[in-house]
Amino acid sequence: MSFNIIVLAKQVPDTRNVGKDAMKADGTVNRAALAAIYNPEDLNALEQALRLKSKIEGATVYVLTMGPARAAEIIRESMYRGADGGYLLSGREFAGSDTLATSYALACAIRKLGKVDLIVCGRQAIDGDTAQVGPQVAEKLGFPQITYAEEILECTDKSITIKRRLERGVEVVKGSLPMVVTVNGSAPECRPRHAKLTLKYKKAATLSEKQDAGADYTDLYNAHPYLTITEWGVSDIEHDIQWLGLSGSPTKVKQIENVVFTAKESKRLTASDVEIEDMMIELIANHTIG
Amino acid sequence: MNNIFVYLEIEDGIVGDVSLELLTKGRSLANQLKCKLEAVAAGYKLDDIGAQVFAYGVDTLYLADDKRLAPYTTLPHTSLLVNLFKEEKPQIALMGATSIGRDLGPRVSSALFSGLTADCTSLEIGTYEDKKQGKTYENLLYQIRPAFGGNIVATIVNPDCRPQMATVREGVMKKEIVDVKFVGKTKKLDVSKYVSDTDYVVEVIERHIEKSKLNIKGSPIIVSGGYGVGSAENFKLLYDLAHTLGGEVGASRAAVDAGFAEHERQIGQTGTTVRPKLYIACGISGQIQHIAGMQESAMIIAINNDPKAPINAIADYVITGSIEEVLPKMIKYYKKNSK
Repeated sequence: MSFNIIVLAKQVPDTRNVGKDAMKADGTVNRAALAAIYNPEDLNALEQALRLKSKIEGATVYVLTMGPARAAEIIRESMYRGADGGYLLSGREFAGSDTLATSYALACAIRKLGKVDLIVCGRQAIDGDTAQVGPQVAEKLGFPQITYAEEILECTDKSITIKRRLERGVEVVKGSLPMVVTVNGSAPECRPRHAKLTLKYKKAATLSEKQDAGADYTDLYNAHPYLTITEWGVSDIEHDIQWLGLSGSPTKVKQIENVVFTAKESKRLTASDVEIEDMMIELIANHTIG
Repeated sequence: MNNIFVYLEIEDGIVGDVSLELLTKGRSLANQLKCKLEAVAAGYKLDDIGAQVFAYGVDTLYLADDKRLAPYTTLPHTSLLVNLFKEEKPQIALMGATSIGRDLGPRVSSALFSGLTADCTSLEIGTYEDKKQGKTYENLLYQIRPAFGGNIVATIVNPDCRPQMATVREGVMKKEIVDVKFVGKTKKLDVSKYVSDTDYVVEVIERHIEKSKLNIKGSPIIVSGGYGVGSAENFKLLYDLAHTLGGEVGASRAAVDAGFAEHERQIGQTGTTVRPKLYIACGISGQIQHIAGMQESAMIIAINNDPKAPINAIADYVITGSIEEVLPKMIKYYKKNSK
């Protein structure tokens, strides 16, 4: 029996480690100064998918990502950790997509994959923090959704039971497949790279990567079809162009501002007894405390 | 038609603070746009809801009362909103940036092809000029939110699609009663006309929701710790000071990620926004994400080993020293000087 799991993943700039050179003088983001990483919660999602793969006979895990050519890196990274392969959706027609246009493109690509039992992805990506793409892909495909998943407790060929992590508690829910599940950062971390798989898939590449490398590995790729990462452009998916890219994005960015806080005049103190006591006396006198 | 809708989050028959905060914001936007403020409640046994929300200036309250609508599940609440919005054509729809609003909002926006902006920190009304098309739009909702890990603030608009949708976190907007005597209209919806039986595909088997014991955003004094506090053990010093001054303990994202404090205490863009009378920042360097969640505090004390910590720029008192040394002294001299 087949059980097809798709992991939606995104390569993102590492906004958690923003250095001083991350902002240009004109207040725009210097993307080049930020490392491109595997979106953290998508790794939590990959781990849930890989756990199911080891439990369900015949289960496969493929990663789907939309992004520039370099985003193939996260597909390889997934393969090093146990995914069977992946698909890169790439092209300038997708540029300028907001979450709705992104979801539409991803949904078109998923339809092309045939029977899908389960779609898992991170709850949100750290570059936008919107948490919208998972539910919107589900809506486009007409699948139900379970968000904020922390653990897949049970999965059969027809249904899935999931523990969700909410602000003030937990919830266990059960729903029918196919389903979209978005995984929370509180879920178990993703397993590390597997040494043998890393060796096996080191040369896995998309067509554009192979062309860029220039070297002729035709024989290698013919002998090992699993080394080819499928790359799709806009013409490979069935779509209506008006729902893609800028025209498919109802939200527009009116303005971007660098964050600047107005500095206050502050009193500078040392940790000496006298200075701390004086401060506490002042705070009591002006009724801030006490 | 063309009014402002707020989706009400209900737990145990009580409307959540985040929804009341949105009603307050929605009321002021409605006044500005000269339209009505409407609210939707979906759940079970909703007779009390009107009494909880009308004082916030709700002109129309829609009630979808059905046993199967509580607790919240995605598809039934989505169908209800999608079909109601198709009839009522709101210009703006607001919901909490909670595990409910962030589950429901994107689904509704996708079904209606309307733009949604998550986690807004400010909502304003203004004009937008589309230079390419030479078109000017009046009275659009500016959905203002941090992006890129808080390093930039973006103003987003939805020029052509309705409703303009936004989610806002709890504590970001202030809740304020407009008129305790005000009573709006109540409209009961025939749920079966909006939600189909096939929507009930996800079943809640178990549910443990704790009432929040903490009230960080209501606390007048907050003693907050960052990664620089060093350990969960050292956080005890913060609890001691908070206890002495009658305040609560908060934490930065870095401190929460490091396991020094519970997630519920997190202050900043991805946590709670606070406006206390006094904010004491201990070992917090002052990343933008954190400052955005506490900069409106009336008075700020920053205690840091690093005299160049960015948070010092917005502090009223900057104490250069270690937490271990400074906090016990603050306790000592508070006790000595207060009556």
